[in-house]
Amino acid sequence: MKRASIALLISGLVLAVTAGPLAAQDTMRLTGSGATFPFPLYSAWFKAFSTKNKNITVDYQGKGSGAGIRDFINHTVDFAASDAAMTDEEISKVPGGVQLLPMTGGEIVLGYNLPGNPKLKLPRDVYAGIFLGKITKWSDAKLKAANPGVTLPDLDITVVRRADASGTTFVFTTHLSTIDEEWKRGPGAGTTVNWPKSDKFVASPKNDGVSATIKQTPGAIGYLEYAFAKFAKVEVAQLQNKAGQYVSAGGEGGPAALAGVQLPADLRAWVSDPDGPKSYPIATYTWMLFYKENKDPKKAAALRSLVEYCLSDGQKLSSQMGYIPLPENVVAAVRKASASIQ
Amino acid sequence: MSVIELAGLATTSDLVSRPPTRWDLFADRAFRRLAQGGVWLVLLLLGWILWEIGGKASVGIRDYGVGFLTSTTWDVGRQQFGILPHIWGTLYSSLLALAVGGFFGIVMAIFLTQDFLPPQFAMVFRTVVELLAAIPSVVYGLWGLFVVVPALRPVAAWLFEKVSWIPFFGTTLSGPGLAPAALVLAIMILPTVAAISQDALRLVPYRVKEAAYGMGTTKWEAILKVMLPTAATGIFGALVLGFGRALGETMALAMLIGNSNQISLSLFAPANTLAALLALNFPEAGKREVEVLMYAALVLLAITLVVNVAGELIMSLASRKTKA
Repeated sequence: MKRASIALLISGLVLAVTAGPLAAQDTMRLTGSGATFPFPLYSAWFKAFSTKNKNITVDYQGKGSGAGIRDFINHTVDFAASDAAMTDEEISKVPGGVQLLPMTGGEIVLGYNLPGNPKLKLPRDVYAGIFLGKITKWSDAKLKAANPGVTLPDLDITVVRRADASGTTFVFTTHLSTIDEEWKRGPGAGTTVNWPKSDKFVASPKNDGVSATIKQTPGAIGYLEYAFAKFAKVEVAQLQNKAGQYVSAGGEGGPAALAGVQLPADLRAWVSDPDGPKSYPIATYTWMLFYKENKDPKKAAALRSLVEYCLSDGQKLSSQMGYIPLPENVVAAVRKASASIQ
Repeated sequence: MSVIELAGLATTSDLVSRPPTRWDLFADRAFRRLAQGGVWLVLLLLGWILWEIGGKASVGIRDYGVGFLTSTTWDVGRQQFGILPHIWGTLYSSLLALAVGGFFGIVMAIFLTQDFLPPQFAMVFRTVVELLAAIPSVVYGLWGLFVVVPALRPVAAWLFEKVSWIPFFGTTLSGPGLAPAALVLAIMILPTVAAISQDALRLVPYRVKEAAYGMGTTKWEAILKVMLPTAATGIFGALVLGFGRALGETMALAMLIGNSNQISLSLFAPANTLAALLALNFPEAGKREVEVLMYAALVLLAITLVVNVAGELIMSLASRKTKA
């Protein structure tokens, strides 16, 4: 009798020991890193996804697009995210291939700080002129002409830019290079550019740093992602698009801008200066990067279900958090492409 | 005296009088080896760091050479790199911080050690100053952005209006800039300077001060003409350490200095520092950029080394003079 109970106990222990790792395998961990601009949205998505799928947890670190791509090439993550997609050279470093999937879009806004918080309209040549350091006063004649009825103070314009290399700067400077010949010949486009040298150009790290500096500096103007401006309650200007219309961020302008661009087969496309009267002028896709060949088929399945969640339920969160929901045809294209994550 | 105590004394004297056992000898040697090993490890670590950074920077040094130190453009797109504005900003902001932080640090050390306060109060003050050292850099940065900058702005505007012919006040303060960065930096190095200066002043034997009083000096004469010169080497060491800390400070400066690649004497103009350049550009740097950033890191290391060695030399010279 006694011996039997001991045997039972031992078998129970053995079971527990062997079952332990099995139970651990049941909860799968997906790790990702990369872009900071969609970070608030991604973390909301991943949290909701993990509550829905109890056995999968997703960890995402917003380190910056460049760092994400490096992690991805070094195989230290299961997926990455980037505002600048990936270049062909970078893709060639990943054996087995890369699937780029645009997951959401964002608008870059010009936030400002003026006494009395007037609503501003900025024509194309004016905002290019401000960031070139050619328009230096808020009382400039061109600004006054574009904003009849608004009292503009005789205040110096302080331009706030990103101090760190960033995808946001890349999208903004690409747009400026498209619309302004002098910008193209001068600073050009890139994740960091050679800004005009002036006492009135200051730089702050990250989107939060830019929004804080704008809020602290009367007469400041700076570019940042709409989601961060919305969160920090920074006043945002209406910008003139290619068709000559003034469009605000956060409305129909973003989806209209994205819808106007044809996505190629590799799903990489830039929206440097969208057509259409309703389009917001500075918008961009942001991508998640997946391996086409994953070692573990279960992991691949989990990644596919994650993408599916982001495309269906996730898109409903986008506009609420200040991002652009993907147009219908893009959702269909991304869903189809996600099948190649194996 | 009780029996137990006597017994205790007896055993101690036994311990002292007996020859060292093998274990004693072994422990002694082992400790010496351990200490030596520790010192060598630290030196090796420094050498390794230099080797790592130097190796990674070698390509940048070969391609950009001395021109890297004298050029003022940092343009990733056109592959032009120069760090003169960063070197300038690093030295300028650190010197300003040292002037402000050093002055207040030494004054505070005098106040806390020269019997101005009852000992208990002095203790409280000392703890509060040392608490400043525990505040994270990023908190200093935020505090600077939300408190120091708005407080400085009217002062800067007034100075610009009245005396803008003085190059130090040649611009208005738009937001981040050299002055708020240097002020916050001064507060950050204050605990270091104050703590080490206090130690230096406390090391001066009390008899020296008594002798000074005996010769009929006033309190201030005793402090300024006797105590401070006697503790000078220690205080100088405190300043060198504070300066070293200011040179390498990163996050608060990255948030406050404005990160603008220009060389200006104006206290209110935005500037840039080497540490901020490194911290802000590494995460997204491409291959070429990493090479030149490593070069910049090497330059920062060299500046810190030169400052420390120069400080060491001046200190030994000064102490030789006072002894003579």
